[in-house]
Amino acid sequence: MTNAVSTAAAELDEPRRGTGTARFLLGKLGGAAGSLLLVVALGFLLFRMIPGDPVTTLTRDRPTSPDQLAQLRARLGVDKPLYQQFLDYLSGLLRGDLGTSYGYNRPVSALIGERLGPTLLLVGTATVLAVALGLWLGVRAAWRRGSLFDRTQTGIALTLWSMPQFWLGLLLLIATQGAFPSGGMRSPATPPEFLPQLLDVAHHLVLPCVTLLAVIYAQYMLVMRSSLLGEMNADYLTTARAKGLREDLVRRRHAVPNALLPTVTLVFLQFGLVVSGTVTVETVFSWPGLGLLTYEALRVPDLPLLQGVFVVMAGSVIVMNLIAEVLYRVLDPRVRAQ
Amino acid sequence: MRFRRRTRWVKSITVAGAALLVAGPFVPAAQAQQQGGKVLRVALVQEIDHLNPFLASFASSTMVGRMTWEFLTLPSAEDSTPAPGLAESWSTSPDKLTWTYKIRDGVKWSDGQPVTAKDAAYTFTRIMTDENAQEANGTYVENFDSVTAPDDHTLVIRTKAPQASMTALDVPIVPEHIWSHQAAMSDPVTDSVPVVGVGDGPFLISEYRPNELVRLKANPDYWRGRAKIDELQFISYKNSEAAVNALKNNEVDFVNRLTSTQFDTLKNAPGIATNQAGGRRYRELMINHGAQLLSRQPIGDGNPVLKDVRVRQAIARALDPQTLVDKVLGGYGQPGGGIVPASFPAYHWDPPANQRYAFDPAAANAQLDQAGYPRGNDGTRVGPDGKPIELRLLGRASEDFAQRASDYVVSWLGAVGIRVTKQLVSDNEVDQRTNEGNYDLAFSGWGTSPDPDYILSKQTCAALPAVPGSSSSTAFFCDADFDRLYAAESTEFDPGRRANLVKQAQARYYDQVPSVVLDYDNVLEAYRSDNFASFTKQPANTGQIMEQSGYWGFYGATPAGGGSNGSGGLSPGAWIGIAAGVVVVLAIGGTAAGRRRKSADDQE
Repeated sequence: MTNAVSTAAAELDEPRRGTGTARFLLGKLGGAAGSLLLVVALGFLLFRMIPGDPVTTLTRDRPTSPDQLAQLRARLGVDKPLYQQFLDYLSGLLRGDLGTSYGYNRPVSALIGERLGPTLLLVGTATVLAVALGLWLGVRAAWRRGSLFDRTQTGIALTLWSMPQFWLGLLLLIATQGAFPSGGMRSPATPPEFLPQLLDVAHHLVLPCVTLLAVIYAQYMLVMRSSLLGEMNADYLTTARAKGLREDLVRRRHAVPNALLPTVTLVFLQFGLVVSGTVTVETVFSWPGLGLLTYEALRVPDLPLLQGVFVVMAGSVIVMNLIAEVLYRVLDPRVRAQ
Repeated sequence: MRFRRRTRWVKSITVAGAALLVAGPFVPAAQAQQQGGKVLRVALVQEIDHLNPFLASFASSTMVGRMTWEFLTLPSAEDSTPAPGLAESWSTSPDKLTWTYKIRDGVKWSDGQPVTAKDAAYTFTRIMTDENAQEANGTYVENFDSVTAPDDHTLVIRTKAPQASMTALDVPIVPEHIWSHQAAMSDPVTDSVPVVGVGDGPFLISEYRPNELVRLKANPDYWRGRAKIDELQFISYKNSEAAVNALKNNEVDFVNRLTSTQFDTLKNAPGIATNQAGGRRYRELMINHGAQLLSRQPIGDGNPVLKDVRVRQAIARALDPQTLVDKVLGGYGQPGGGIVPASFPAYHWDPPANQRYAFDPAAANAQLDQAGYPRGNDGTRVGPDGKPIELRLLGRASEDFAQRASDYVVSWLGAVGIRVTKQLVSDNEVDQRTNEGNYDLAFSGWGTSPDPDYILSKQTCAALPAVPGSSSSTAFFCDADFDRLYAAESTEFDPGRRANLVKQAQARYYDQVPSVVLDYDNVLEAYRSDNFASFTKQPANTGQIMEQSGYWGFYGATPAGGGSNGSGGLSPGAWIGIAAGVVVVLAIGGTAAGRRRKSADDQE
């Protein structure tokens, strides 16, 4: 029996590998879709467990008659049974409709849409820089394990990693003494032409980006360091050295590429988390992004908006996870072969 | 060899970049004032929800609306009494049901069209007939019967019942020829500059970047005369620390809603002036003296002992609001009396010495003894049901005041034999529990408008909720004497007699103690005195600048003599910061490119 299968497998080697990839992709996509549905359902229930009736929250400080309350309930759709609300929400979601924000009285998708750009700019820049810095320091630290450089860099990274972003941001704001703007993304005085605007945004980006960078680079560094340490005693490095390659080249061309895998995956895994982690940084620097929107929504609390942000953020984590898994398969032939 | 050279190149660039990043901070980068202090940059700590004046309900948005569209009448800068706006003069019929406003001649919209009574009639009618346009100012027109414009200079409003607030209609009058084209109020276009930019106020909206900036230009044709500044900018800050920092760095000229700590720090800062003013809110300790519905059906689970007015008065005598002002508010507040804050002197009532519940634990103890609540074995007083008197004190965990004041209240009431447990919970839970009457004591507060009618109306029996949760009453107060005084006040048009009635109503509230008014918080503001010499305060000399009922503060902004300068555009610090960024990016890009070339070589 086993014999027959293995022969069949050998004969159908090529086509089978194809379906394997397709099955893998389908499986992953299905998993992602399932997680997304779970997130949507969880989010829906979660935000309905928050104490307080949304209608009374909205009418706080305003005289309201029972008629007005009933109208408002009907307009917000909270007068329907819970399952009906959920179905409405799901069908809206499929049409890209995330509902209407209580506080802004505008579509949630429009609010999120206009805030996504600034967040991606901030998170993207910080991630690129953090990855570059983290990998570079990680490689150096691992290569000279136990050295003063290794110990101080690991120490600094861990210290920054454990710092509250809010506090670090305020500290930077005060320490730079006005060299960088205190908040916002653009200053009103800048001429409307492209280059000055670009430079102005870059200037505003420095502090929030540095704050975010300082906190997130540590994990890239630590993962790079440990995965490179794992490769350090591998035979192929001895072979490379035996070939007479210089230490630099051994590190760059042989050790690092092999140690890079976990880090690359981590970058994608973390990207989604960083998007949600910008709440504090954006609040400190009044960066007009998703994080700030969340903070505002929490204060009301604006349930449809919170729910929308929750779905978008959780969705980004799921999508990034998916990319990481696919990428891992692409990058590492060993995974593909399994 | 080639390899080593490249490494050195990368290294030197990295070092240069790092040096620039380090050097950058030491170059002052404050965006200096343009055009000799003619631009007023205001930090806006609160969000803008809409610029559409029919929907705008956040305080910051209504403030922008005040600048753009003139009102019929508005509270004067001197003492908040009604002052002419679009209406030059007004008169009312003997039955107080018909109001006739004479609309000013020669006022123009910023697109050149004349402002007429028809615009005003359109604005009010739209709010009355379009449900979606009632969001912001619907309450003003609830009692309106009809609004008509017999000619361009006459506006006639008929009301169903006499309404004292007819000279304080806080409704921006918009141009009919622009807004009549907007069928749907929720259309995003109603928030866009082409629509909201057409106005007749002292400033006109010229740019709106959501979450970032609202830019307003001085209206050259404004009927009171052009403002002394050219431009007014509201710049969004989400964090008051950052806003304060921006003021220190000369990135903004004006900051409000400061904490007492921030205010104290800024007091001694160079080039900065501070303004401390009486606020428009009162803080109170609500006492659940029997929450009930409009149908007089009791709701909630308040302790029945609090229905005894002697207990409530004893509680008021056991509290020391002055200590709360000094210790919790850092001195920036004024101990309370009536429910109309002291910043509205015409209607504010302060209890005379013989009527005031002065802090006197001995008197409070005596009153409780006399009322028949003896102390039990553990010192806690016992109610008529034989159980010790234990009260729950509800407060917002998010609020510094509630956190700190609650400890004082617990110890003060403990001293007179009333055991109190703190319950600091989320804002939502506080709202829900107070609305449903599920509390004994609760910290609360309310903002008032210059006309006292609104705040008094919230204490009448008619304001009791029809169903649990419809929040119209603030403290479930329902008292025949108070209602009589309120009814007399709201139909009294003689200012002196009306003020007298308003004060009597407050005295009745004070006597019955449905809540103890603890204090009126101060408003704390700061501005760049090196850029701006003065602002118009409301009320004159002692009032606040930014969140006025009116536009006097910023309309009256006077640039400082010399005016500081500098040109627009980017500062040296900005350029250095950017250069450093570019260098870093180049270095990374270079490294990556070099590496890719290398590995290509390697594959050979």
